[in-house]
Amino acid sequence: MTVFGRIRQGLARTTKQLVSRLDEVLGAPGTAARRSRPVDLQTADALEEVLLSADVGVAATGLIVDAVRAQAGRDADLRALVKAEILSVLAGAERPVALGGPPHVVLVVGVNGTGKTTTVGKLAALARAEGRQPLICAADTFRAAAVEQLEIWARRAGVDLVRAQAGGDPAAVVFDALASAKARGRDLVIVDTAGRLHTRVNLMGELEKIRRVAARETPGAPHEVLLVLDATVGQNGLVQAREFLQAAGVTGIVLAKLDGTAKGGIAVAIAHDLGLPIRYVGVGEAIDDLVPFSPRDYVDALFEEKW
Amino acid sequence: MRSAGQVTTPGADRQREMFEALSTRLQDVFRSLRGQPRLTEESVEAALREIRLALLEADVNFRVVKAFVDRVRDRAVDQAVLRSLTPDQHVVRIVRDEMRALFGDTTGGLPPATSSPRVILLLGLQGSGKTTTAAKLGAWLGRQGRHALLVSTDVRRPAAIAQLSVVGTQAGLRVHDPEGEMDPVVRASGALVATKNLGYDTLIVDTAGRLHLDDELMAELEAIQRAVAAGDRLFVADAMTGQDAIKSAGEFNRRIGVTGVVLTKMDGDARGGAALSVVGVLGVPIAFVGSGERVQDLEPFHPDRVVSRVLGMGDVLSLIEKAEQVITTEDAARLERKIRRDEFTLEDFRDQLRAIRKMGPLEQILGMIPGMGALKELNAQRDQIDEGQLTRVEAIINSMTPTERRQHQMINGSRRKRIARGSGTSVEEVNRLLKQFVEMRKMLKVVGGMAGSGRGKKGKGKGRRQALHNLRSMMNQ
Repeated sequence: MTVFGRIRQGLARTTKQLVSRLDEVLGAPGTAARRSRPVDLQTADALEEVLLSADVGVAATGLIVDAVRAQAGRDADLRALVKAEILSVLAGAERPVALGGPPHVVLVVGVNGTGKTTTVGKLAALARAEGRQPLICAADTFRAAAVEQLEIWARRAGVDLVRAQAGGDPAAVVFDALASAKARGRDLVIVDTAGRLHTRVNLMGELEKIRRVAARETPGAPHEVLLVLDATVGQNGLVQAREFLQAAGVTGIVLAKLDGTAKGGIAVAIAHDLGLPIRYVGVGEAIDDLVPFSPRDYVDALFEEKW
Repeated sequence: MRSAGQVTTPGADRQREMFEALSTRLQDVFRSLRGQPRLTEESVEAALREIRLALLEADVNFRVVKAFVDRVRDRAVDQAVLRSLTPDQHVVRIVRDEMRALFGDTTGGLPPATSSPRVILLLGLQGSGKTTTAAKLGAWLGRQGRHALLVSTDVRRPAAIAQLSVVGTQAGLRVHDPEGEMDPVVRASGALVATKNLGYDTLIVDTAGRLHLDDELMAELEAIQRAVAAGDRLFVADAMTGQDAIKSAGEFNRRIGVTGVVLTKMDGDARGGAALSVVGVLGVPIAFVGSGERVQDLEPFHPDRVVSRVLGMGDVLSLIEKAEQVITTEDAARLERKIRRDEFTLEDFRDQLRAIRKMGPLEQILGMIPGMGALKELNAQRDQIDEGQLTRVEAIINSMTPTERRQHQMINGSRRKRIARGSGTSVEEVNRLLKQFVEMRKMLKVVGGMAGSGRGKKGKGKGRRQALHNLRSMMNQ
């Protein structure tokens, strides 16, 4: 299945929710008469409501609604306008992935229960499918059975795993993993870290230590720091992104669990407020249910006219 | 009387912190209302806009926000309120009433068991914290003198069963784990038999995280429920969750029937508005709050306590009511006249002090003053303004001659020495009191001048408000 198809599949329910409501607001596609009607205040309010209910957030919603409002009275395709606005917010945050290594080091961080371990397993499988040689580093030495969970994912992905004893020093595991990757000639190390609330100063400091150790062993590492967000997260997702950006140098977002009715609208808010790009989208529980994010595909899927 | 300032358990502190961000926003709104001579429809609208934004940013469901704001508007633009002389307090009162209505009169914890053994089913989306909650809940029940057996029916997530075994054992709880049994329903019903056979009085069933629209898994949940007939079906919700929470919780409620909500990860800075909306929409209480990674970090939710916290208004209403009781309208009017004419004396000061003390213990009053209850500096302030000090201030004033009380300027060095000796205090304390009094007079003059120029006609409520102003400024000394 094409990438577009996967995103569309994952977003099917999201799309149904969002687009059908947008259609109510903006007029169904193809109904030219309705499409070109002027934007009245009610339409703008309804649009605002739709976006807020998708967790897009007050600021980004304001931007989009203002753009729509500015078109009031003119012959504008509101649907295209809204789509273009969201796309420009998302595309504005896009940037190429920094290259480095070998090994290329990817650090996966986030608060508790967003889906980091699952994402690491899926990332490893994706990298294998691209012909790379990944190694998984189990640096979540805190949560009970986290390493066991990751071992099962590593087995599924057919990838080696470097682990430590429960309660061990996560930075030490990262050190071991990097040494091991060099010895075994692996070109990619994916580091799973323990979930931590961004309000825990000491735990955030631990991430800095991991970064320091990684940079000492491999120049420029970690080359990517992915923040895993639950697609159902509300406005706190923005706070999380801001805090992890500061403490761990996040370079991109993984939007996990986008297979529910949640719309992951916080991604738009994060792209708008922090300029952080969305890198991957998790759309299911199977190992290949992680797809690279493309703003155009996302918005197209969100607004696809025949779904 | 319930005192908002005296929240002592650490968990409650965390609950408070969580709501502080929202409180700050609302406080700003009310600060902008404060001091306005009267409400206009425009100022109400401005306040409502802010309230709406604050609630939306706190992830309160947008429908709940809309209904909430509409109700507040309906009541706030009522003519009686618009004409009111204490408009800010009126709006606060309305917002608070509506907020209370939203929460209902629910209390945290678990209702009395309806069956023996008691069966508790934990449900929710992936990653909301069910497994951790299972162990914490078992430990909490243990502290209540109960004996809980745990079982995991999560055969899907890798190592989920192992995780429950580890956290359960850490909590000193027995975990039912028939090796190799991979049928969730069999695991659950087997655990129920084991609960009875082993003499446990409670069974906690952990389930796999599932999406509310995964029909197959929801059916599995129904089958588990049929097998164990859990009287408590707790929906575990992440405090950080967004607008979708109502939809997912609603679906779990429709299919299984949710009896309570466990709000997890409350030790973060999420405002929890979505989870609170769930309570408002489904009408089920929040039973517990999880606020840390240790096994004891779970405690019953106190909705009533939180309403005041959400508003960040302390117990303003109680304060007003109390002030109304001890400061009669005539007293207030007399005081106001004096302030306007710059005739406020140490005698009046003493009268006010006495009035304050009639209102109750100082700590309680401080807790009722906006900002004071939540302020970090409170501890420092508390050292300065304790009951003992009020007694000494009164003693100092009592040791003055009536003339001195009416003309504080005449109190020179030797008089100060005499007053200190007479009141059993020190000259420094007398100096401090006089200095504070002079500053207070200056401030009152400004405030009094404003109140005087605002309107020609004197109202009954204004004097009271004035007295409150004075009261607050004294507290802040």
